[in-house]
Amino acid sequence: MSRGARRALLAGWLFLLPAVAAYLLFVLYPLLTAVQYSFYKWNGIGASTWVGFNNYVQIFTDPTLLAPIFNALILIIFFTVIPIVSGLVLATLIRDMRPGPFATTARTVLFLPQIVPLVAAGIAWSWMYAQTGTINQILNAVGLGFLSRSWLADFGTALPAVGLIGSWVLTGLCTVLLLTGMGKIDPALYEAARIDGAGWLRLFSSVTLPGVRQEITVLVTITVISALSSFDIIYTTTKGGPGTTTLVPGISIFRLAFVQGQVGLASALGVVLLILVLAVVLPVQRISREKD
Amino acid sequence: MRPVLRVPRLVAVAAIAAVALTTLAACAPGSAGSSTNQSGSVSTTLTTQKVTLKIQDETGFPVTSKLAAEFTKQHPNVKFKIVRDSFQNLLANAPRLMASADAPDLIRLATLGSNVKDGLLTNLDPYFKAYGWDKFSAGQLATARMTTAGVRGEGSLWQFGIGYSVTGIYMNQKLADKVGITSTPTTIDELEADMQKAKDAGVLPVQTGMQDGVGTFVLQALINQYGDKQALIDWMFNKPGATFDTAAAVKGATVFQDWAKKGYLPPDVNAINYTTMVANFSAGQGLFMWDGNWDAANIDKALGKGGAQFFLAPPEKAGGKFVAMGTGNTFAVPSKSKNHDTTAFFLNWIATNDKARQIVVDVTGASPGGDPAQKLPSVEKGSLIEKALELSATVGKDDGFTDFIANTTSGIYQGALQPDEQLLLTDKMAPADFTKAIQAFYVKDLAG
Repeated sequence: MSRGARRALLAGWLFLLPAVAAYLLFVLYPLLTAVQYSFYKWNGIGASTWVGFNNYVQIFTDPTLLAPIFNALILIIFFTVIPIVSGLVLATLIRDMRPGPFATTARTVLFLPQIVPLVAAGIAWSWMYAQTGTINQILNAVGLGFLSRSWLADFGTALPAVGLIGSWVLTGLCTVLLLTGMGKIDPALYEAARIDGAGWLRLFSSVTLPGVRQEITVLVTITVISALSSFDIIYTTTKGGPGTTTLVPGISIFRLAFVQGQVGLASALGVVLLILVLAVVLPVQRISREKD
Repeated sequence: MRPVLRVPRLVAVAAIAAVALTTLAACAPGSAGSSTNQSGSVSTTLTTQKVTLKIQDETGFPVTSKLAAEFTKQHPNVKFKIVRDSFQNLLANAPRLMASADAPDLIRLATLGSNVKDGLLTNLDPYFKAYGWDKFSAGQLATARMTTAGVRGEGSLWQFGIGYSVTGIYMNQKLADKVGITSTPTTIDELEADMQKAKDAGVLPVQTGMQDGVGTFVLQALINQYGDKQALIDWMFNKPGATFDTAAAVKGATVFQDWAKKGYLPPDVNAINYTTMVANFSAGQGLFMWDGNWDAANIDKALGKGGAQFFLAPPEKAGGKFVAMGTGNTFAVPSKSKNHDTTAFFLNWIATNDKARQIVVDVTGASPGGDPAQKLPSVEKGSLIEKALELSATVGKDDGFTDFIANTTSGIYQGALQPDEQLLLTDKMAPADFTKAIQAFYVKDLAG
């Protein structure tokens, strides 16, 4: 390596240094200490005892610790599938609109939930879901009063109800990102397909969908992470109830670590959650890369 | 492609190196419980030097600010610095705050947890002796005691209460008149008959909630009456061998579930939390509400003078003894505080100084505690606060104060009582299974 190249390399590393230092200090170091804590029985303050893999064994054998993980997996339907599908539909519709104030307004309105703090959204939704809330008022008004119930207190509807709050929040993000992706597709492709006699559906599946594959990958990654690590929406609406029907790992980890003083077990659950997120997200990344 | 591939490899190498490093350097987290920092002798004379006491308190609990201002007025050399955080945050962070180098001199600490074992608290026994706190009624300080083995109710004194709460039942007077109730019920049967009257008249009999577990007040008020209260207290104090799976608890859970089945509780009880419960009752929804004296002033304001009555949860049979949940708003002195003597002087002053006692009652509506022989502060005639003080004295006479079962272990409220009572109220769990489930969680939580 010439002296110049070495200097350039050194300079490069120096430029990277602040970011690398921050990454090591605020991401890697806490992650590694969490892994370390997960092998101990520790209340966060006093003496700790090495327990090996006991905390992990407990997570996979205790149904009260396993149930939240399954609930989080179900939330993927509401945080990932519904927002991306409805985002695709909405983005297609908005793109086909004539550019003008209406299209801009539609885009802004759809994106608004994204900027509302989740805690506020959770509280507002819990009012709407209440026995005397908006949802039941609408049902009563249209003669579907027999369907009305306390949506967040009902064992059958609580998890879908909190899930739909997630759908509401994330649909805007999905729409806007997919709209941007669609804007990059060469109009000539649509032109050519139309000349070949493709209908709306065919255009969507053969031109639009492949064109936004990158965006979909990004969205799946973001939304799956927010589904599996959800905390604020659940904490403000149901606190995990009724029973444990909406309990998610985020709430369990918080309670174990800060209420019950079981920092080791909480860390182990956090590590399991991390591995779960990677197990879902990495294959998605790989699939999208292979198709490139 | 090459540079793209290089980055993950680099990160992997860095990660492996970091893992190796931390593993090599890793020692077990935390430190062995140090013995409590305790100077041998204590002084009951206030220092003449300039001191600033740091208080860590919860938000919405302004009494410490008023007390501090009055104390500084009487003793200008002592100043205060008060920091506040929400009750929930404080509960989660208290151990770390007390372990930090900048520990406060006085901290709001609702539950002792493992703080005694971890050596974070000052043992208040020497001050108990020096200031003669044995003149206080014993029940007042019982919950603040803990042995080194972690059993509460006995052993050394670790906390001090500023204001003592009492729980009971609020009754909406307008609704009572409407359904034809002329006096507050004196037995559980009478109470239930009143609920049925309300139900028949289309009035919601009980305003309560279980989203956050607040309805546990109702359950415990029943269990308190159905058996030996000492057995329940032993359980709450974590005495070895104590259990929640008793005939009294099963009966209490059965009646509670029965009330839900009969439609005495709100149909969406599992969606109502404490805030909603009080708001609903204040808006005239519900004949009865199980709650504490801390809401007395609010309810007087919301329903108007004479708009509500406050009475003790009735015994099973007429003439039975009153039992009520009630506890001090407890504070502790971290062992890392450098002003133990001054802080203890301040605490003793709160319980004994007439002006301080008046502040406690005015601001919190709670009984000031202290020596029962001492004159009670004056309160507005006919107010619910006056009533609450009277009820507090009645329970004290019957020696009927108990802790809240929610305080039994650190995790039991959110981890077991709240979810399992939700199942109980929706008939998804039988009362006998409920008490067993709570006991199973208790054993697990105590084992850590």
